[in-house]
Amino acid sequence: MKNIRNFSITAHIDHGKSTLADRMIQYSGLVTERNFRDQILDNMDIERERGITIKSQTVCIPYTTRSGKEFVLNLIDTPGHVDFSYEVSRALASCEGVLLLVDASQGVEAQTQANLYLALEHNLEIIPVINKIDLPSADIERTREMIEVELGLDGENAILCSARDGVGIEDIFEAIVEHIPPPSGKTDSPLRALIFDAQYDPFRGAVISCRIVDGEVKKGDTIRLMSLGTVHKIEELGVFKIEREARNKLQAGEVGYIIAGIKTVSDTRIGDTICLDEDPQPEQLHGFKEVKPVVFSSIYPIDSDDNTALADALEKYKLNDASLTYQRDSSAALGQGFRCGFLGLLHLEVFQDRLEREFNQSIIMTSPSVEYRFVLSNGEELVVDNPEYYPDPGLIEMAKEPFIRATIMFPEKYMGAVMKLCLARRGVNSHFNYPVPGRIELFFEMPLAEVIDNFYDKLKTITQGYGSFDYDLLDYRTDDLVKIDILVNGEKVDALSAIVHRDRARSRAVQICDSLREEIPRHMFKIAIQGAIGGKVIARSTVSAMRKDVTAKCYGGDITRKRKLLEKQAKGKKRMKAVGKVMIPQDAFVAVLRTHDD
Amino acid sequence: MTDSPPGLYVHIPFCAKRCSYCDFYSEEKSSLVKKYFELLGAEAGSYSSLFREFGTLYLGGGTPSLPEAALIEGVIDALSRIFDFVPGRETTIEVNPDDITKEKARSYAAFGINRISVGIQSFDDAELTFLGRRHDSDTAVKAIDILRSEGFSNIGIDLIYGFHDHTEESWRRTLVRAVKFLPEHVSCYQMTVPVNTRMGDLLAEGKISEIPDDLQRRLFILTDKVLTENGYIHYEVSNFARGEEYISRHNTRYWDRTDYLGLGPSAHSYRSDCRWWNVSSVEEYCTLLEKGGDPVIGREELTQAQIDLEDLYLGFRTRKGAALSLIAQFVSGDRILGELAEDRLVSIQGEYAVPTLSGFLVADRLPLLFY
Repeated sequence: MKNIRNFSITAHIDHGKSTLADRMIQYSGLVTERNFRDQILDNMDIERERGITIKSQTVCIPYTTRSGKEFVLNLIDTPGHVDFSYEVSRALASCEGVLLLVDASQGVEAQTQANLYLALEHNLEIIPVINKIDLPSADIERTREMIEVELGLDGENAILCSARDGVGIEDIFEAIVEHIPPPSGKTDSPLRALIFDAQYDPFRGAVISCRIVDGEVKKGDTIRLMSLGTVHKIEELGVFKIEREARNKLQAGEVGYIIAGIKTVSDTRIGDTICLDEDPQPEQLHGFKEVKPVVFSSIYPIDSDDNTALADALEKYKLNDASLTYQRDSSAALGQGFRCGFLGLLHLEVFQDRLEREFNQSIIMTSPSVEYRFVLSNGEELVVDNPEYYPDPGLIEMAKEPFIRATIMFPEKYMGAVMKLCLARRGVNSHFNYPVPGRIELFFEMPLAEVIDNFYDKLKTITQGYGSFDYDLLDYRTDDLVKIDILVNGEKVDALSAIVHRDRARSRAVQICDSLREEIPRHMFKIAIQGAIGGKVIARSTVSAMRKDVTAKCYGGDITRKRKLLEKQAKGKKRMKAVGKVMIPQDAFVAVLRTHDD
Repeated sequence: MTDSPPGLYVHIPFCAKRCSYCDFYSEEKSSLVKKYFELLGAEAGSYSSLFREFGTLYLGGGTPSLPEAALIEGVIDALSRIFDFVPGRETTIEVNPDDITKEKARSYAAFGINRISVGIQSFDDAELTFLGRRHDSDTAVKAIDILRSEGFSNIGIDLIYGFHDHTEESWRRTLVRAVKFLPEHVSCYQMTVPVNTRMGDLLAEGKISEIPDDLQRRLFILTDKVLTENGYIHYEVSNFARGEEYISRHNTRYWDRTDYLGLGPSAHSYRSDCRWWNVSSVEEYCTLLEKGGDPVIGREELTQAQIDLEDLYLGFRTRKGAALSLIAQFVSGDRILGELAEDRLVSIQGEYAVPTLSGFLVADRLPLLFY
């Protein structure tokens, strides 16, 4: 155990986390130059494109120190988004230290600070690393000072590095060995291991990533997943060296994988404790909680005949994403579909993107909703995450919506803008403090519905990327909630209905109507778009009729050109949904989803 | 498809000056004119077994009236040696008013050309300048007089409308002036500005603008009104004939999917559910043929679905309409047809769904409704 170090890298977006991980892996010679590619730990296209990590990845890096001692360094790469904060917290709980990466030209940023707090919460040793010292705009002295003043860390001894050029990598390895404590844990105690991730392998089922906290586990052992109470026999265990490398056993302090005939990742729980079946433990490791979806949206195949294909795709998707929930759902406008639950808006976007890209599913997704509670006059309490099931307003005694506590950090100068945003989003009970001079830590209680409506992006924009945001669910609070319906030529498009606060209803309805007017192509007839609460129209727009659409000339005998255009248009129509006689393009649903207040 | 004998199109890709709105293939100055006319014969020869007899001959451009008449005579002679033509064939040439002289007109008549399509475009001189035409309205009038006096009894006039700043008043003036000459045929092309043209550039730079759809619609309706009131049959979106016998037999082959052969660069051909087309450069065309090669650059075999789509869209462009039997093959075809009839976009006439004037106005949209 003395020769093991478990660590994570944390950084503000674009400060070079993936590049540093790449260099460390290259330095260790784990992969040949030929097999190497950038962002080697980010497997999904969407991770590479957006530069965010969504799934945790672990890599076991062998390192021989300058003084000739051999070490095993386990790098646990964590997701970088508030939606996955629970996964991050479990991954960090498996580490003893963290490299805090700071861009030499950008200095300390909001996310750096948020990451620092997260690391401190887990009592991790923090090694500040100043990256990108090769940039002409690098200001090392200023960055050191910021690390001292704003983070309260030792800036003078921060390691200088250029991950791009491979400078300072060895210094980092040495510092990890020197400063991060070896894992604690009792080798001779009964097995307790912490699950911090699980990935699906089509041939082997769930591959659990775990940190052995106490004891040891061997191939052939029968293990028990404590929160689920399920029992499995270990088929294979080992460590990740980019590829899996099988071992006979894993011991306290080690990080590795377990394959135990578990069918899907949904049969595991992140944060759960593994013990031996023969030696059940009275106590789970600290911090387990069941992650529950907080954002709900329905999905429908563009082509209504494709419901089976979509069902198959969801089943496959779910194999590798335990946080997703779904059940059958139907809409008058969009046909048969599924109601899905997500951890947050990014989770939803990732899902949508992967479903289209990896599973080839063209879908329409409805506006995301939170879970509302309605107390009816007969005393019954109704839980509603789908506007479709909004109860008869006459029967509602009380409507309640979930509130969160938002923690927002940003440089002082953005205070006005951030306050304005939070108040517009119905934030209440704010207070703030200065963790360091010039930086504000602001707390707000806010409806979750407001947060899932593009709040994070908006915050990023108004703070020019310097704002960081985290939230915890608080409670349910009484509010004046109404349902807006959208009617297209008198037909309700149920998929566009939304439950909103009464004060926001009109502006929201106007936005949806305007956005639909832009997106719905002209038809042979006039199209009336209306937003209504109950029978009362509160917003309207019109798409005027297409009254001229003809090319004067077919180019000589070139019949092909026009036919090809028509073929393309006909194909485009297949991606539209018919509501009565009106064809609504998929883009219109997407556009409505993307329209936001403020 | 029909049983009529195929049509023969010959592209004459030379212009003295390109019109500002035209993206048809043509060359402004070419040293290849003579060679080109010779090689047309070579290309025609390569089709001598695939096509035997033609019902129409159409010399289009470019500007077919630009080259000296002898070259036209040469190509017609060459074609006549290679192919047969049905007796009383329709032979059309497109001409520019300022190319027309008594001598040229007389020669054309002597070559057997019996239909002249005159590119007049407008009777307003300012508009002609804007369109980049080299003639003025007096020249146009003179050309028609010459053609009539040389005995041509099937004259078509081409007009353009709906361009930047065009108004109903000025368009009406041009139309009224045109019908005074009692042309047997009038084509009225509503302007769409192609991107790779001088006018396209002006549009992109914001120096001119396209007129609103609503005005375009009124102009289209005005066209129909003036011409039908003067006894013309509106037989295709942009085409009018002063009697059944003056309907363009050649162009009708494109619309009813009769076979046709196109010679010359960028020309398109169609035969037995197969379409093919030539390179669109005189230089490449000549090089390929000189080497004994083939100027065809693209070819497609139509699937039944493509044939259906063509039948549908071409049908809706003409007063013949789309066959009810074809429409019945589409999912909900009859229901959609019912709605179109109810909305007065088509009327059912015998075995065909025939577009009304409002239907013509959305002819590009009608076929899509069935998909």
